[in-house]
Amino acid sequence: MRQILLVVGGKVMQKFIARRLLSVIPVVFVVSVVIFTLLKMVPGSPAAAMLGDLATADDIAALEAKMGLDRPLVEQYFIWIGNMLHGDFGMSVVGNETVASVVFSHVKPTISLTLYALVIATVIAIPMGMLAARKKGTGADHAATVVSLAGISLPSFLFGLFLMLIFAVKLRIFPVSGYVEMSRGLWPHIRSLTLPAIALGFMNAALMMRMTRSTLLEVLGSDYIRMAKAKGVRNVALVAKHALKNSLVTIITMIGQSAVQMLAGAAVVESLFAIPGLGQLMVNSIGRRDYYVIQAIVLLIALFNVLINIVVDLLYGVADPRVRAA
Amino acid sequence: MLNTNGTGAEGAMTYPAAQNDLNLQRKKLAHEQAEIRLKKFTRNRASVFGLAVVTLVVLLAVFAPVIAMHDPLTMNTADRLQGISAQHWFGTDNMGRDVFSRVLYGARISLTVGFTVGITSGLLGLIIGLYASTNQVADNILMRICDGLKAIPSTLLAITMMAVLGADIKNVIISLIVVNIPNMARLARSQALVVREQTYIEAMRCLGSSRKRILWAHVVPNILSPMIVQMTFVFASAIITEAALSFLGAGVPAPAPSWGNILKEGKDVIYTAWWMILFPGIFTALTVLGLNLLGDGVRDLMDPRNS
Repeated sequence: MRQILLVVGGKVMQKFIARRLLSVIPVVFVVSVVIFTLLKMVPGSPAAAMLGDLATADDIAALEAKMGLDRPLVEQYFIWIGNMLHGDFGMSVVGNETVASVVFSHVKPTISLTLYALVIATVIAIPMGMLAARKKGTGADHAATVVSLAGISLPSFLFGLFLMLIFAVKLRIFPVSGYVEMSRGLWPHIRSLTLPAIALGFMNAALMMRMTRSTLLEVLGSDYIRMAKAKGVRNVALVAKHALKNSLVTIITMIGQSAVQMLAGAAVVESLFAIPGLGQLMVNSIGRRDYYVIQAIVLLIALFNVLINIVVDLLYGVADPRVRAA
Repeated sequence: MLNTNGTGAEGAMTYPAAQNDLNLQRKKLAHEQAEIRLKKFTRNRASVFGLAVVTLVVLLAVFAPVIAMHDPLTMNTADRLQGISAQHWFGTDNMGRDVFSRVLYGARISLTVGFTVGITSGLLGLIIGLYASTNQVADNILMRICDGLKAIPSTLLAITMMAVLGADIKNVIISLIVVNIPNMARLARSQALVVREQTYIEAMRCLGSSRKRILWAHVVPNILSPMIVQMTFVFASAIITEAALSFLGAGVPAPAPSWGNILKEGKDVIYTAWWMILFPGIFTALTVLGLNLLGDGVRDLMDPRNS
């Protein structure tokens, strides 16, 4: 820990952090422009949609003026982004609620599901990838290859359907769908999320396993490992202490990217298993034409993605001194 | 000035012969190389399996009207949710439609979407990437746009675009192309930048080749193979995303026999009709697996480190 603090406090590292934070600005700008443009491409006026069928043209025009929809697009963009920076994401078309409160009330299940899936993926993938690399060319390696190929070819919703068919419909071990809140007990909560989390985590577990295997193989082939072997370092210590440290950068990236992909993949898995999270909210909002909710969720996840990438890059800098200087 | 008389005539006589010889040698070499490549490809059992699966699915899709015994859209309420039988190989769905026929016609939709998205996003990505690699200002702007687009996870961007554009096969293709262009453009750009620094390109520049000629005659052919490999993977991922979008009700609209639609309808009757999930599911997974293996095989083939 002290070592990490020392590194972060260093001058090179501070420069690195500053440079990295500045590079975020154009990305966030483009993301916001893309979402704004998509919102503007929605056919029909949002004012008309809000007022319903009985509204007259005058009413619509009045509301449009009030919402600022009659101003030039560039001005509208800055009003829109300004509102968002003040936490005002607009009103949902359902139940007279603000978008912020609707989205916030759906965050918890998604976080539970994503974390659970991430834990499953990491716990399976990293040891299996390490094993496959250590025992290259053996049965264990081939088994890991088959599993990772299956994972890449099985999209989460399809794997979820198969799991549902086997473990919920035929064997009746897990519920077919539905979500139990954590306040009603930890075990029922975990049980209700197990199949979705496996479905969501499997594909990423496969990718992680492949990456762990290939980076570890690369590291294991390097000179300093041969040196360590010659010194008589035992196998377990060799992989766990010497090789893993140098594969750490790749593994950190993989976990970060998986977290983002899982948040996005949750849209499909949550709809499949009827979990009231952000993904299900987004898919349901398509049917309701609740575009402000969709926009808020996409923006939220994109920002989270950017944030994760920064954290990963900074961790790079801590784990690998060469990155800082570059 | 070369000697134009005497020896010149002699030179003119020997020259075509030498050229012929050279051409012959070149042909022989190309032939040998192709043979080595073919051998290498067939030695890799996984990629041969991939090729076989993809070929089979393509054949089934092309000859769907001949193979299918029923119309994929004809409803027959008397026959709803029948299990597998000689009449209905994959059973029937909740509206009495033959699942086997629907799966075959579904292959047409999946392959059309995957192929179109793979080719088009590849070509557009190539053009954008090449342009970015030649123009500093455009490079900065285009790559920032790509970064921004890539910051939105592709599934979410596709869902959002479908929400705005409306459920329709044409819109599925458009959304998936937009989603896949940034990666393609980045790949084309980075490959082009590497190739442009090679010594033989420098030599071409010294010899006075125009920029246009260097770009199209030398850079493009050399970055094509990684692009083609990437296009195979985009093909596979487009099939997955199309199925997922249709499964969510935001893809190809309902009566059409897309794999995602069959799975979506199957989920509603999961307690009675397992065949509505198992068969289209296996077809989707196998096609994607086949494309991925094929892509891996082609990549290994193109990689000079493997020779």
